[in-house]
Amino acid sequence: MAHGPAKGISRWLFTTNHKDIGSMYLWFSFAMFLVGGLFALVVRAELFEPGMQIVDPNFFNQMTTMHGLIMVFGAIMPAFVGLANWMLPMMIGAPDMALPRMNNWSFWILPFAFFMLLSTLFMEGGGPNFGWTFYAPLSTTFAPPSVTFFIFSVHIMGISSIMGAINIIATILNMRAPGMTLMKMPLFVWTWLITAYLLIAVMPVLAGVVTMMLMDIHFGTSFFDAAGGGDPVLFQHIFWFFGHPEVYIMILPAFGIVSAIIPTFARKPLFGYSSMVYATASIAFLSFIVWAHHMFTVGMPIAGELFFMYATMLIAVPTGVKVFNWVATMFKGAMTFETPMLFAIGFVVLFTIGGLSGLMLAIAPADFQYHDTYFVVAHFHYVLVPGALFSIIAAVYYWLPKWSGRMYSEILGKTHFWVAFVGLNLTFFPMHFAGLAGMPRRIPDYHMMFANWNMISSVGAFLFAGAQLLFLYIIVTTIIKGRKATDRVWENSEGLEWTVPSPAPYHTFSTPPEVK
Amino acid sequence: MATTEGNYYVPEQSKLPLLASIGMFVTVFGASSWMSGIVSSPLVFFVSLFIFVAVLLQPPRKVTIAAGVVLFLLVSAGSDALSSVLVGPLVFGVGGLMFAATIWSWFSIVISENIAGLNSPQLKRSYVWGMGWFIFSEVMFFAAFFGALFYVRTLALPWLAGEGDGVHNPLLWPGFEAHWPLMETPDMAASGDAAEVRGPDQAMSLSQAGSLFTWLPFWNTLILLSSSVTVHFAHSALLKGERKPFNVWLGATIVLAVVFLFLQAYEYYEAYALMGLTLQSGIYGSTFFMLTGFHGAHVLLGTIMLLVMWLRSVLKGHFKKDDHFGFEATSWYWHFVDVVWVILFLAVYIFG
Repeated sequence: MAHGPAKGISRWLFTTNHKDIGSMYLWFSFAMFLVGGLFALVVRAELFEPGMQIVDPNFFNQMTTMHGLIMVFGAIMPAFVGLANWMLPMMIGAPDMALPRMNNWSFWILPFAFFMLLSTLFMEGGGPNFGWTFYAPLSTTFAPPSVTFFIFSVHIMGISSIMGAINIIATILNMRAPGMTLMKMPLFVWTWLITAYLLIAVMPVLAGVVTMMLMDIHFGTSFFDAAGGGDPVLFQHIFWFFGHPEVYIMILPAFGIVSAIIPTFARKPLFGYSSMVYATASIAFLSFIVWAHHMFTVGMPIAGELFFMYATMLIAVPTGVKVFNWVATMFKGAMTFETPMLFAIGFVVLFTIGGLSGLMLAIAPADFQYHDTYFVVAHFHYVLVPGALFSIIAAVYYWLPKWSGRMYSEILGKTHFWVAFVGLNLTFFPMHFAGLAGMPRRIPDYHMMFANWNMISSVGAFLFAGAQLLFLYIIVTTIIKGRKATDRVWENSEGLEWTVPSPAPYHTFSTPPEVK
Repeated sequence: MATTEGNYYVPEQSKLPLLASIGMFVTVFGASSWMSGIVSSPLVFFVSLFIFVAVLLQPPRKVTIAAGVVLFLLVSAGSDALSSVLVGPLVFGVGGLMFAATIWSWFSIVISENIAGLNSPQLKRSYVWGMGWFIFSEVMFFAAFFGALFYVRTLALPWLAGEGDGVHNPLLWPGFEAHWPLMETPDMAASGDAAEVRGPDQAMSLSQAGSLFTWLPFWNTLILLSSSVTVHFAHSALLKGERKPFNVWLGATIVLAVVFLFLQAYEYYEAYALMGLTLQSGIYGSTFFMLTGFHGAHVLLGTIMLLVMWLRSVLKGHFKKDDHFGFEATSWYWHFVDVVWVILFLAVYIFG
């Protein structure tokens, strides 16, 4: 190799190496995960008992809003991009990402964007307090002055995501080793290819809608103002045209990760590879035509309600194909339950719970009851926490030996899983009951009748947070003093990334490997 | 510079991404405080500027630390005085300059790498994919605004006028009727002369124009469509390796582009000065100016790109008949703004 990593901090500041950039993405997302988690704990602490205890309502609203924004845009999305950076080039036999300098640019925008977003908390009037969905006119007419900073930080996050996605598509379509045909690609590559397409399709729409907000706030346009012929519901339509594909952006790469891990520990090839690819593509397509199921109660024509209801239910079909395939892969497999596998199985079971509550929410007449209650909060936390987040954690345990060359402690890893598993179910399962009983979301105080469920949720939340500190400890100790990992790492691991040494060399493939 | 290892291209480290990120950050930070009127701590600006300069010059470590400490103390001490000087527009301007300078040098490095023969065919394909998907993202950006126009015309306005449940109109906006172009806003229908959000006096649509041939958008359409043809002729000439016709056709494209921009500016002047049509003119003004304005901004960007390509060809003799992706990407972009205009011409002007 001609050159390894540069010395000192310049290695990280000026790098063009996909592994360095991947690591930076992952650490950044972990930092944001802790910040967003802290905000969630403020929320849960306030909700521990009925009545106003710790924070004032405006700050409570800022916490729920920032928790959502930070977790979606700062924790989950960058974590997946970090995994893509680390793994895609290795999985397809490429030396690096297609456009390495732009790759580093995509990353370095993020710390600045989130600095700007977080700085709003210290501004006059406070930070965003209108919910992570920032519905107009809450986010326009009635927003704090700092909303402009929020708008521009969303703009530059979007630029980062679009450049990252362009890079990923160019890498996958252009940099595959000879013989790596599309239908031989690992599913993580496939799911990211489709995710990148979704990102390029919807991040500009998000940019468009925040631009309309900006114009309404500062330049007197009437997009979301009925007095001038606009419509606040227009905001919701455009936002959710972005927002629904966005939730698949946060879950499709997770499908890819789980599809990599389950075959390894079931010691069987993935059941139904091609159906997995087609299911992913179908989900991506359907994600563009279901957005209004987030807004059944705004007063849509009945034909619209029905269309969006049936289209949404249709998503259960390809998703069901996926769950079926994962279960079929495990069926009669020689299974072992190392930490990544535990998280992957946790994913399959708990994500399915989130999927089924999603199906309940998709039923338009029933949704009138569930809308804006804790049932919705329970639903999307079940798909995002044991869904997206568990897959990211599983991926870290699965590939950390390849990245660092060192093995984590299996006992600590399993402890992490079980504490997290218990913690998250304690946190989110009672929310179903509170929600069905009618507890509205985004409120700092509530009726006595919800007290028990909320107390359990809050205890669970702190338990879950503790588990993540253990996760941090495990990662750091593994990198510093874990025992050496083998190149193959796992007994039945398949794929190009396991053919290179552990830790993976700074430049992986200087000449393309032959894929048969 | 970059090295080629084996069959693959591995670029050296680069300061550009970090510099571009800082420039972008200072720009939007300045824009935010400009618009919102929130005066932010001068430290944010000076620390960003300091990192930018330190990255650019990379002085010895001791010098960097000393300068950093001195700057920090100075800025903290003079914080109040500085925040009255460091107004949003200034921060925005400095950030914009930092960003523009970084992007300028980024492009020149990419160009010189290509001229030095460092770009493998694979990397060139990556640039092609990159540009293609970038244009797709732009398409989706415009889709949001076209979607808004479509939604307002077919759903929002009829509902405001009482379609659907039929209940709210007499209560909220009595007397409001849905028309497009929307000259009388719901506010005007309900509050009469006391209305705060007023529609335009006159709209830009064909339905309100005297005749097609005295109608400015018609001529602008001809001009922009012609420019797509001339840029195509330029490309054909380049593919045959004919430098002179290439320069002439490309030059003609730029002239047409500038004329278009000039006419668009004149149209805006007329709208504001004579037609009472402004950004504040209800949803008609909002959609009209945002769609034509973003299109115009893209035409401006495209014109700058074309101009750079023309200067590269005329002054430096860049582009070979089999290696000219910079120009080709620009021409794609140009065709893209042309297609957006055609849709815009139909949706905003003809059927507007």
